[in-house]
Amino acid sequence: MAKKNTTQKFEWEYAPSPESTSHVNLKEKYGLYIDGQWVEPANGTYFPTINPATEEELALISHASAEDVDKAVKAARKAYTEVWSKLSGKERAKYIYRIARMMQERAREFAVIETLDGGKPIRESRDIDVPLACNHFFYYAGWADKLEYAFPNRKVHSLGVAGQIIPWNFPLLMAAWKIAPALAAGNTVVLKPAESTSLTALKLAEVIHEAGLPPGVVNIVTGYGDTGAAIVNHSDVNKVAFTGSTEVGKIIQRSISATDKKLTLELGGKSANIIFEDAPIDQAVEGIVNGIFFNQGHVCCAGSRLFVQESVAEVVIAKLKHRLNSLYVGDPLDKNTDIGAINSKEQLETINKYIAIGKNEGADMYQPTCKLPKKGYFCPPTLFTNVAQSSLIAQEEIFGPVLTIQTFRTVDEVIQKANNTPYGLAAGVWTDKGSRIFNLTTKLRAGVIWANTYNKFDPTSPFGGYKESGFGREGGLHGLEAYVKLS
Amino acid sequence: MERLEILKTYKIYIGGQFPRTESGRYYALQDKKAKTLGNICLSSRKDMRNAVVAARKAFGGWSERAAFNRSQILYRIAEMLEGRRQQFIDELILQGLNVAKAEKEVDLAVDRIVYYAGWCDKYNQILSSVNPVASSHFNFSVLEPTGVVGIVAPEESSLIGLISMVMPVIAGGNTCVVIASYSRPLCAVTFAEVLNSSDLPGGVVNILTGSGKELIDPMVSHMDVNAVVSSLHDQTITSMIKEKAVLNVKRTFNYPIDWNKEDAQGLHYISDLQEVKTTWHPIENIGGATSSY
Repeated sequence: MAKKNTTQKFEWEYAPSPESTSHVNLKEKYGLYIDGQWVEPANGTYFPTINPATEEELALISHASAEDVDKAVKAARKAYTEVWSKLSGKERAKYIYRIARMMQERAREFAVIETLDGGKPIRESRDIDVPLACNHFFYYAGWADKLEYAFPNRKVHSLGVAGQIIPWNFPLLMAAWKIAPALAAGNTVVLKPAESTSLTALKLAEVIHEAGLPPGVVNIVTGYGDTGAAIVNHSDVNKVAFTGSTEVGKIIQRSISATDKKLTLELGGKSANIIFEDAPIDQAVEGIVNGIFFNQGHVCCAGSRLFVQESVAEVVIAKLKHRLNSLYVGDPLDKNTDIGAINSKEQLETINKYIAIGKNEGADMYQPTCKLPKKGYFCPPTLFTNVAQSSLIAQEEIFGPVLTIQTFRTVDEVIQKANNTPYGLAAGVWTDKGSRIFNLTTKLRAGVIWANTYNKFDPTSPFGGYKESGFGREGGLHGLEAYVKLS
Repeated sequence: MERLEILKTYKIYIGGQFPRTESGRYYALQDKKAKTLGNICLSSRKDMRNAVVAARKAFGGWSERAAFNRSQILYRIAEMLEGRRQQFIDELILQGLNVAKAEKEVDLAVDRIVYYAGWCDKYNQILSSVNPVASSHFNFSVLEPTGVVGIVAPEESSLIGLISMVMPVIAGGNTCVVIASYSRPLCAVTFAEVLNSSDLPGGVVNILTGSGKELIDPMVSHMDVNAVVSSLHDQTITSMIKEKAVLNVKRTFNYPIDWNKEDAQGLHYISDLQEVKTTWHPIENIGGATSSY
């Protein structure tokens, strides 16, 4: 039996412990990085990038037009034909290792800028995003001269120019996931970061420049959806890699369906996190919190649908509510912060829309009483219980700190419920029984299964989804396939 | 007045330390003009035993390191070697190479370390497997390092041979004891200094100088050495190694190849020193439905 007082709030006040921003160098205005040079956008348009925690402007970012994209693709083509495709794998590897090492040297600067620009807690950008991004380059560097081992009995060819479009939830990490394997396999790159989080990709361009990469091998163009569309639709792009919403992914898949462009899509998710009665409950509660509140829930594989076995539902939900009260929502630069700022005003509006829908649909909402900063975009961690399978909040990707909780009795029942979604990105399983884990992993239709853990990532581990969560894998041996042609 | 240069004392490398041989013996290394290049330690059976003890002690920690961490450390070794490029070129020239060949050998050595650095977190992805057994089990096979490896470095090469043999062994999580070339030992000792200033834990690589005739036997007869790799052209010695290896079923591999070739590297140099471990784990069956891979 759960005790009545488990949601009692203790008034802990932490002394502020903000990370210093003094060693961060930001320009007032950023051009486009094309052919190894910083150039002004052709139409001279810029837009501001905002710190979502303070609503202050950080810098001006170029809005690339189709003309700029064309310049970038031409530079990438030239670099591919004249330099990069002629270089041995061994030499390509050394360039990529250089990038990895220089990123490691400047890791703290990257972490602070990531947090300033995107609103994620400094603890996450410092301990997860940035090291993983560096390691991703390091890992794929090693593949550049070993491709024949990855594809035995096949001849491996590079594709040419890769057009890559990345989201705003893990800006630097997604840039690394895209650029590192593309370069290792011998392709050149035109990459577009998301409009709300361009800064770390532009800082990465600085590192790539310092590493002495031949001009045009990596080009960074910033802008909105129209910039991305110009990349996707450019006739001289051989490969399109996209991470973002399923809605935009479908538009891309349709728009290149009449071409030979190779495509990988890493799209949305509505991942199930399943707690069995024999699970270590305290660990599972931490796993639930990490699964949904990591990066404010701006995670495509977030464990946003919680399934708890009926016999332990009461205690799990009570402990979860109690835990929510000790989560610290606030200044992303503060090292104590658990939940930072929502990435943009638009996203906050989307999340609030879904919270309203949940309430209207009759689900029970729980939010801890926490003081939110007066400025900036913040959302408290939110739970919904008594959620119907047909409810919109249980079906659609919210991409915020909002968790729906449902219960189940049998293994077969939870497998059915978990698979009852057009998505298939990830799932979590919590049980002490190893044989049950493997039963679940064979039955769940999802690309990544976390057993007694959640939201774990590693350069060696393939990531990607089933069904409408996309196709192709990023990371690991399988991530190479997206960037090669085999004969 | 011309400044008098300081001569280097060449010592052996055991457990991250640079002792002299416990035997106190040495041999004078001379160049073609009979000029003495240095007094080199003539290591003994006791040194070999100490080196094996150090290698065994280091094995637990090194083999349990994350593959990614081993990768970073090997890359660091390449960085350190690149920084000492000129010193190695000078030593190769002292030992008889011309400038062009010496430079080429050092470049190749750096690149080869980087090559094996890249393998640390990849060979298991290539060589492990999930085995689709017929029963309801999750069955997988992964590679694990063999243990302490004895390495007999090639006589005719000072640097590239040694590096080509050591790197795949430690990339795979083994620790090793190396018998350096008798006639070309300088780079082996200097390379030990490179290892010592990188982040490689002491004892992972131990390097002895001296006579192969004297040192191979105690290495191959040692009950705590799990494998011996050599680069020998002499049939009688390789036969002797294989025969003595029987004592504790050592794995033996002889690679009588020219390590200066660009392709004298590869995955099998790692996998030769690996064991395959297979794990069976049940998969729960619900309501008669079977689950398997």
